[in-house]
Amino acid sequence: KCPSHHESVINTKWEFSPPARTHVNYEVKEDVAVIRMNDPTSKVNTLSVQMQNEMIEVFNEVLANDAVQSAVLISSKPGCFIAGADINMIQACNTSEEVTKLSQEGQKMFARIEKSPKPIVAAINGPCLGGGLEFAIACQYRVATKSKKTVLGTPEVMLGLLPGAGGTQRLPKMVGIPGAFDMMLTGRNIRADKAKKMGLVHQLVDPLGPGLKSPEERTIEYLEEVAIQCAKGIVNKKISLTKEKGMMQKVQDYVMGIEFVRQQIYKTVTAKVMKMSKGLYPAPLKIIESVKAGLEQGPDSGYLAEAQNFGKLAMTSESNALIGLYHGQVACKKNRFGVPERPVKNLAILGAGLMGAGIAQVTVDKGIHTVLKDTTVEGLSRGQQQVYKGLNDKTKKKTITSFERDFTLASLTGQLDYSGFEKADMVIEAVFEDLNIKHRVIKEVEAVIPPHCIFATNTSALPIKDIAAASIRPEKVIGMHYFSPVDKMQLLEIITTDKTSKDTTASAVAVGLKQGKVIIVVGDGPGFYTTRCLAPMLAEAVRLLQEGVDPKKLDALTTGFGFPVGAATLADEVGIDVAAHVAEDLGKAFGSRFGGGNVEVLKTMVEKGFKGRKSGKGCYVYTPGLKSKDVNPDIEDVLEKYKLTPNPSSDSDVQYRLVSRFVNEAVMCLQEGILNGPVEGDIGAVFGLGFPPCLGGPFRFVDTFGANKLVEKMKRYEEVYGNHFTPCQLLLDHAKDSSKRFHK
Amino acid sequence: MKWGQPLSLTLIVFSTATRSLSTSVQLHAQVQTKSKKTLAKPGVKNIVLVEGVRTPFLLSGTTYADLMPHDLARAALQGLLHKTSLPKDAVDYIIYGTVIQEVKTSNVAREASLGAGFSDKIPSHTVTMACISSNVAMTTGVGLITAGQCDTIVAGGVEFMSDVPIRHSRKMRKTMLALNRAKTLGQRLSLIGSIRMAHLTPELPAVAEFSTAETMGHSADRLAAAFGVTRLEQDEFALRSHTLAKQAQDAGLLSDVISFKVPGRDTVAKDNGIRPSSMEQLAKLKPAFIKPHGTVTAANSSFLTDGASAVLIMSEEKALAMGYKPKAYLRPAYGTPKVLARAGLTMDDIDVFEFHEAFAGQIMANLKALDSDWFAQTYMGRKAKVGAPAMEKFNLWGGSLSLGHPFGATGCRLVTTVAHRLLKEGGQYGLVAACAAGGQGHAMVIEAYPQ
Repeated sequence: KCPSHHESVINTKWEFSPPARTHVNYEVKEDVAVIRMNDPTSKVNTLSVQMQNEMIEVFNEVLANDAVQSAVLISSKPGCFIAGADINMIQACNTSEEVTKLSQEGQKMFARIEKSPKPIVAAINGPCLGGGLEFAIACQYRVATKSKKTVLGTPEVMLGLLPGAGGTQRLPKMVGIPGAFDMMLTGRNIRADKAKKMGLVHQLVDPLGPGLKSPEERTIEYLEEVAIQCAKGIVNKKISLTKEKGMMQKVQDYVMGIEFVRQQIYKTVTAKVMKMSKGLYPAPLKIIESVKAGLEQGPDSGYLAEAQNFGKLAMTSESNALIGLYHGQVACKKNRFGVPERPVKNLAILGAGLMGAGIAQVTVDKGIHTVLKDTTVEGLSRGQQQVYKGLNDKTKKKTITSFERDFTLASLTGQLDYSGFEKADMVIEAVFEDLNIKHRVIKEVEAVIPPHCIFATNTSALPIKDIAAASIRPEKVIGMHYFSPVDKMQLLEIITTDKTSKDTTASAVAVGLKQGKVIIVVGDGPGFYTTRCLAPMLAEAVRLLQEGVDPKKLDALTTGFGFPVGAATLADEVGIDVAAHVAEDLGKAFGSRFGGGNVEVLKTMVEKGFKGRKSGKGCYVYTPGLKSKDVNPDIEDVLEKYKLTPNPSSDSDVQYRLVSRFVNEAVMCLQEGILNGPVEGDIGAVFGLGFPPCLGGPFRFVDTFGANKLVEKMKRYEEVYGNHFTPCQLLLDHAKDSSKRFHK
Repeated sequence: MKWGQPLSLTLIVFSTATRSLSTSVQLHAQVQTKSKKTLAKPGVKNIVLVEGVRTPFLLSGTTYADLMPHDLARAALQGLLHKTSLPKDAVDYIIYGTVIQEVKTSNVAREASLGAGFSDKIPSHTVTMACISSNVAMTTGVGLITAGQCDTIVAGGVEFMSDVPIRHSRKMRKTMLALNRAKTLGQRLSLIGSIRMAHLTPELPAVAEFSTAETMGHSADRLAAAFGVTRLEQDEFALRSHTLAKQAQDAGLLSDVISFKVPGRDTVAKDNGIRPSSMEQLAKLKPAFIKPHGTVTAANSSFLTDGASAVLIMSEEKALAMGYKPKAYLRPAYGTPKVLARAGLTMDDIDVFEFHEAFAGQIMANLKALDSDWFAQTYMGRKAKVGAPAMEKFNLWGGSLSLGHPFGATGCRLVTTVAHRLLKEGGQYGLVAACAAGGQGHAMVIEAYPQ
C-alpha cells in the first residue's frame, strides 16, 4: 500500500508545481538570490526563447520573494556568460515587424531589470557578447573575471544588425558617445581590464589556480562570492552606484553636452563609415541613427528607432549574407573527416620564406613542436626573425607576456638539415613553386620521415597529383594552400587527390583547425578552387588595363563593389610574376575561358622588373615609408603596346565583367565537383580572396542577384568580348528555374 | 611550470643533494631513549647541525639602515665563531644564500667570510633560490659532506631590504656605456645631448616574478582564494604567530639570536617586528594587493626584514672528533610528503613542525592542500592526502610573519629553531618546509641528536 500512496503524493505534487526549469534557476544565499544560467542543450548560453521565458519567471519570483534583498546573475558554464542572442530566433521571422516586436520584448525585459528595486549584479566569466552584454549593462553592477576568455562586445554589426535590446541607448551613457560608437561600429571584443577602464564593468576578479577544486570550478565560485559581497554592499550602501566622476569625465560630459559637438561627431563618424563601407553596409548607419535618435529626441524615440531599425536590418540581403557567412564559418571550423588516427605533435616546415615562417608562427603557439628548415643561414634567420616579430608584436600589444613569447619560441627549432625528421608527424613544404624542386624535396623528405608522416604541400596552383607523382606513398600526400600573410588570413584551402587517404585529410584539417584556420576541403585540379576563381577575374582586369582603364579607377570600381582590395593593387600584392605564372598555367589547362587579357602584358612587366609590391614597382610605385602610392608611369608603354580599342563600357559593366567571371568559375567548380558545396565556396571566396562580404560569397550572390539576371549580363558580354563570358551549365540551370537556389 | 599558477606550495619541490654511498664508519652514538627508530642508514654518512645563530631580525629601515648586506652576514658568522669557539681555519667551505643582490658584493659569502676573519684559503660561494636560498646553502653543504669533499661547512643567509639596488634606465645605461667608449669631445657631447627626460626614470628591483609578472602578495591572495582561506582565518593565524613569538621571546627561547653592536648605533639583541595585536585591529586593515575584495593585508603578511643567519654543519664523525655536542641530524630530501615517504615517517611521527610563513593565506592554503584527498590525487599523484600537521606542534615559537623574513636568511632560522625546539620539548623528529617564488619549495626532516 505504501508505494501507491507514495506515488499519489508525487502525482499530486506534479500537478501543482510548475514544469521544471531547465535553463535558469536560482538559490537564495542569506538575502541574495543567485540566478544561474545554463543552457543544457549547448556549449554556450544564448538568449533563446526558452532562456528568456525562464529568466522572466525567475526574475518575477525573485522580486516577489521578501527574503531576497538583491540578486547575482551568473552562468554555471565555466567558459561562457552569454554569447549573444539566438540568431535562429531572428531568422525564423518573416517580416521586419516581427523582428521589431522581438526587439521590443527584449527592451521591455531589460528595462525591468534596469528599474529593479532589488539591485542585480552581473557576474561575468567568459564571453559576454551581443544580447548578453545588453543584459549585463541593464544590471546595476558588473563584476568580471580577468580570464583571457572573458570578453565583452557588441558584434551585431558583423551580422549586419545592431544591438537591438537597448544597447544603442545604454552604451553611450555608460562609456561615452565615442566609446559607444567604437564598440558598436567595429564589433570588436573588449578584454576585462580594458572594460574596467572604459567603465563597462565595476570590478575585476582574478582567475584562480589549483586549489581544493578544479581552477575553473573554483574561479566561478570565487566570482560568485565576490559578486554576492557586492550585492550586499549595494544594499547596505557600502558600495555607491553613482560613481564619483573624475575631472576628465566631467570635461568630457560637458563637451558632449553641447549639441554642436554631438552633431560634429555624428558627421565625422558617418563620413568615416561611408569611407570604410562605401555605403554597402546599412547596419553602421542605422546604429548611428538609433544612437542619435535617443540622444537628441529622448529615450522613447531612441528605443523606438532601435527596434524599428533592428527590424529593417534583419530583412536586408546584407544581413542575410553576413549571417550566412557566420554559419558557414562555424561549419568550416569543424572536422567533417573525423578524428585522425594520431595527433600531429611534431611538425616540420620546409622553406623559411614568408609562407613557411608564417605557418610556423601559427603552429608553434599551439603546443606543437615545430621545425623550420631552410637551405641557407640567411633564409633561415629571416624566417626565424619573422616568427619572433609576430610573437613580439603580441607582447607589445600585451596579449601575451614576454615570458609566454619566449616559452612559445622554445618549441621552434630552426635548422638547415633533416635531423629529427624521423620524429615528424607531418611535413609541410613551402619551397619555391616549381614542380622539379617540389619533386626533389618530396624524394629527400620521404627518405628520412617515418611511415606515418604526412607530406603536405603549400602551393597556390600546381596540381597536387603532379607533385604526388614523385611520391612513393601518394595516400599520405595532400595540399595545404595557406594565404599570405598567414597569421592574418583566416582561410586554409586543403586539396585532396583521388589517392589521398581519409585519415590524411582528417589530420590536415585537425592541424589547420589548431592553427585557428577556417577550412575548405576541395578536389584537385589546376588552381584548385580559390586560384581558379581569381585567375579569370585578374585576366579581365588586365584586359581593362589594356582598354585604357587607369589602375586607380580599376581599384575604385572593385572596392566600390565591396572587395577590400582593388584588382590592380591585388595583382601587385600577389606579385605580377606569380600572376603571370598562374595565368599561363591555367590558360593552358582551361583554354580560352581564361583568356580576355593578354598574358604578354604581365610577362613584359616582369621582364621590366615590375613584379609588384615586393620589387617596389608593379601597377603602382611603392616608396618605403609612404602609404600613398602613384601609378607606375612606365607601365603606360607596356599597355600602349598591347592596347585594345575599348567598347563603350559603363562603370557598372566594368564591375560586372570582373565579378561575373569570378562567379561563373566558382559555380563551375561546384558543377565539376571541385567544391563540396556552396557553403565552402562562399567561405573560400570571402575569407581567401576578399569577395565582398556584404554579398555573402559568389553562391549567395547568385541567389540574391538572380541567376537569370547574371546570365543575361554575361550573354551580352559574350557577344561583345568572346566566349570567356559563356555561362556554365549549372548557372544556366539556375537561370532557367528560379526555384533553384544554392542556399535554402 | 604553468603561467599564473599560485605561489609555490611547499609540496612542489627541488632536488637537493642525493645521498651517495659513503665509506664512513657508522658511529654508535645513536642511543635513543625514545621508542622511535633513528633514520640513520647503514653506509650513509650522518650529518649533524652543531650550532645555529642569527642576528636579530629587524624591520628594514630601522637600526640596520646604514649597513651593507655583508656587514649583517659578518655579524652572524662572528656570532657563530664566538658561540662554537671554532678555529677559523677549521672550516672547509662557506656558503651563503641571498635574494636581492648588492652589486658591489655579488659574492656576499666571500666578502662576509673574509671580513669575519676566516682564512682566504676557504672557498666561499653564494646561492640564490628566492625565499629558500639559505636552505639551498645548507643542502649544498650537506651535499659536499655526503660526497666526501668536506667535513665542516658554514652555511647561512642574509637579506638587506633597507637598501636595494636601484638602477638607471636601460636607455641611460646604454648612453653611459657608450660614453665610456667615446673618443672625441664631439662624440661625448653628442651622447650627452641625446639624454632625454625618459632616460632619467630609475628602474626599481622587480617586485614581480619575472616569468609571471605577478607579485608575491597578489599571488598569495589568489592562492588563499583558491583554497577558500578566509580573511578571518588568516588574521587568526597571524595573531597566533605574533602571540607565540612574543611568548617565546619573553621566555628566552629564541636562543639562536645573538646580540649585535651596530656601528654608530646601539646594540640590538631582540627581533623588533613582533607585535601581538587584536583581532579587531587586524580586521580594520584594508587588503594590500587585490582591491577591494582581497584577503591578504599588511598584517597577515611577513614584513620587509633585514637579517642574517649562519649554521655550522659537520659530519657526525668530525663533530665528535672535535669534541662538539651536535644538536640534530639533518636529513634533507624533498617536499613534505616526499620527505616523509623517504624517511618512512608519517605526519604523526613528527614532533616539531617549522613551516615558513610568507603569508598567513599561503600557509593556511598549504595546510588545506595537505589535508585534501582531491588535491593529493589531482596534483600530486598520490592515493590519499598526507594530512595537516597538528597545530600544537606547529611554529610554536612564532614564525616569519612575526619574527620577520629576511628572504635569504630564513631557512637557517627554521632549521636552528627545529633543533632547539627538539632539545627543549624532547621530541625526536622535526620537519622544516618553506616555499619560494617560481613555484619552488624545500623540505627537510631533522632528527634530534641523542643527548
